Amino acid sequence: MSGTTSEVPDAAGALGSRRRRSAWDRAARGSVPYWLILPVAVAMVAILAYPLYQLIVISFQKYGLFELIRHAGTWIGLANYSSILHDPVFWNTVVRTIVFTIVNVGLTMLFGTLIALLLVRISTVMRILLTAGLMLVWAMPVVVAVQVWYWMTNFENGVLNYALTKLGVGDFFHHDWYVTPTSQLGMVTSLIVWGAIPFIVVAVYAGLAQVPDELVDAAEVDGARPWQVFLDVTFPVLKPIFLILTSLSIIWDFGVFTQPFLLIGESHVSTSNYLMGIYLYEEGYAKSDFGRGAAISVLMLLMVAGLSFFYVRKMWRTEDVA
Amino acid sequence: MSAASEIALTEHDPHAVDRKAVRSRRARRRRMGRTGWNLVAALVLVVMVFPVYWMIATAFKPTDDINGINPTWVPWHPTLQHFRDAMNHAYFWTDVKNSLIIVGFSVLLAIVLAFLAAIALAKYRFSGAKLFLLLVLGIQMLPAIGLIIPLYVVLAKYHLTNTLTGVILVEMTFVLPFAIWMLRGFILGIPKELEEAAMVDGSSRVGAFFRILLPLVAPGLVATSVFVFITVWNEYIFANVLLSDQSKQTVTIWLSTFYGTSRNTDWGGLMAGATLTAIPVVIFFLIVQRKIAFGLTAGAVKG
Repeated sequence: MSGTTSEVPDAAGALGSRRRRSAWDRAARGSVPYWLILPVAVAMVAILAYPLYQLIVISFQKYGLFELIRHAGTWIGLANYSSILHDPVFWNTVVRTIVFTIVNVGLTMLFGTLIALLLVRISTVMRILLTAGLMLVWAMPVVVAVQVWYWMTNFENGVLNYALTKLGVGDFFHHDWYVTPTSQLGMVTSLIVWGAIPFIVVAVYAGLAQVPDELVDAAEVDGARPWQVFLDVTFPVLKPIFLILTSLSIIWDFGVFTQPFLLIGESHVSTSNYLMGIYLYEEGYAKSDFGRGAAISVLMLLMVAGLSFFYVRKMWRTEDVA
Repeated sequence: MSAASEIALTEHDPHAVDRKAVRSRRARRRRMGRTGWNLVAALVLVVMVFPVYWMIATAFKPTDDINGINPTWVPWHPTLQHFRDAMNHAYFWTDVKNSLIIVGFSVLLAIVLAFLAAIALAKYRFSGAKLFLLLVLGIQMLPAIGLIIPLYVVLAKYHLTNTLTGVILVEMTFVLPFAIWMLRGFILGIPKELEEAAMVDGSSRVGAFFRILLPLVAPGLVATSVFVFITVWNEYIFANVLLSDQSKQTVTIWLSTFYGTSRNTDWGGLMAGATLTAIPVVIFFLIVQRKIAFGLTAGAVKG
C-alpha cells in the first residue's frame, strides 16, 4: 500500500519539467522497492525471526508448562543440550534418520528417473495417460494418502496382503505390517516414495528435453549400448537437475513428520522407530518440555541448514539472479 | 511415422546405404521396443494410480464388500451411504468451515504481501535484493516440525494458540516465501518492452502497471493463489499442534482422527472422508498443474 503512495511523485514528475524530476525524484524512486518489500519483511520478522530468536533463548532454559503459563523460563545454561547429546536415543534417532533418508531419496530418484526415461520411449497416448496418472498422485494430500495406505495395509483384509499372497510372494494372510520398526518404516518409505515420484519425473523429463538428439543418435550409430548413452550423453546434461532434486529430497525426507507420525500412529511411535521430527515432537511438545524440545529443534535446524546450504548455492547459480 | 519418413528420405541417397541399414535396423528395434515399453508404462500406471482408485472404489462399495476377505475389485453395487456417514461424522462441517476460513485469509494475505515483494524483486534493482532472495529460498528449506516449539511458545504468549488467527499467521511462514518466489518468476516472464511501450505512450509507471503488467500477471496470481490454497488446505503439522479444541480443527485433523481409538474401523466412511478431503485439492491442482510444475522447476530446468 505504502508502495503505491510513494510512486505518486513519480507520476507527477512525468508531467512536470525535466529539472524538477532529478535528485528528489530519484531518491523517491530508489525507495520504492523498499516500501514494497516492507510488509513481507515485517511479517517474516514477526512470524519467523522473532520465534527463531525465542527458540535459541528457550533452548538454554527450563521451559515447561509452568513456564509457558507465566511466559518466562528459568536459565539453565547448556543443560538441555548436554542431556540430549548424552542421550543414546538421540544418537540412535540421528543414525536411523540418516539411513531412512538415504533409502528414501535413493528409491525416489531411481524410480523417478526410470519413469522419466520410460516417458520418452512410449507412444503419445500412453505418455498422456501416465502423465495424468502421475498428476493425480501428486495432487493427493498427504493426510489422505496416509489413510489410504493404512486401509490397503491393514492386517485383517488389506489388499496388499491379499495381492502379495496371490502373487506367491509368501503367506501374508493376517500379516501385521506395523509390528517391527523396520516394517513400520518400510511402509512409511513406500508411502513417501510413491508420493514423491511425480515431481521427480516431471523435473527429469523436462531436463531430458535438453539432451541433444544428434548426440544420442551419433552415440547410437557408433554402437553405444543404451546404458552407455545414458551415462555418457544423458547424465552429464541432467547432472545439475539431479543435484538440485537430490538435495531437495534429502532436506524434505530428513525433516519428514506427517507420514511416519500418522501411519505408524502416535500410540505406536517409540524410541525404537523414532525419526528426528517425531523425536522432537514427542520429547518437546507431547511431554511439554519446550526447553529440551527447543534444543533438539536447534540441533535439527543446524543439520538441515548444512544440507540446504548446498541446495541454495546451486539454485542460486542456475537462477543467475540479476 | 518418423521411421517411415527417414527411410523415404534415404532412398534417394545412393551413398547412404550404410546409414540407411543402421537406421532402419534401429527403427525396427524401436518399433518393437515401443510396444514393450508401453506395456511397462501400463504396469507403472496401474501401480501408481491403484491407491487412488482403491480409495474411491472403497468409498462407493457396500460395507459387506469392503469387509470380505477377498477384495471386490470393482464397486458393482455402488452406494452413497459412506459419503452420508462421513458428512454426518462429528465435526465434519465445522472443520470444513474452519479450513475454508484459514485458507481464505491465508490466500488473501499471502497474495497481497507476496505480490508487492515480487514486484520489487523482479522490476527494481536495489541493494539487499540478493540477500532477500537468498533468505526467501533458504526459509523454504526449513522443516516445519523444527519450528513448532518456538511458534507454539510465541503464540501462547500472545494468547493465539487454539485460534484460527494463530494458524493463519503461522501458515505464512512457508506460504509467503514460496508465493514470492513463484510470483517473481511470473513477473520476470513478462517482456520489458510491453511495459516500456506503455510508458512511451504517456502512461506513468503506475498506469503502465495497471494497464499492462496486471492483466499479464493475472494467470500467475491465480496459479499462486491455488498453490497457497492447496498448501494450507493440506497442512497438518501446525494445525495439529496449535488447535486442540475439537470445534476449531481443520479437515486434515478431522480425517486423521476419523477412526479414533476403536478397533472396528469404518473403512467405507474413512475412504469417503478421504475422497471428500482430496476433491478440492485434486480439482484445483489439475487446473494449474502446468504452472505449479513451472514454478517448482523453473530454476532447475533453466540451468
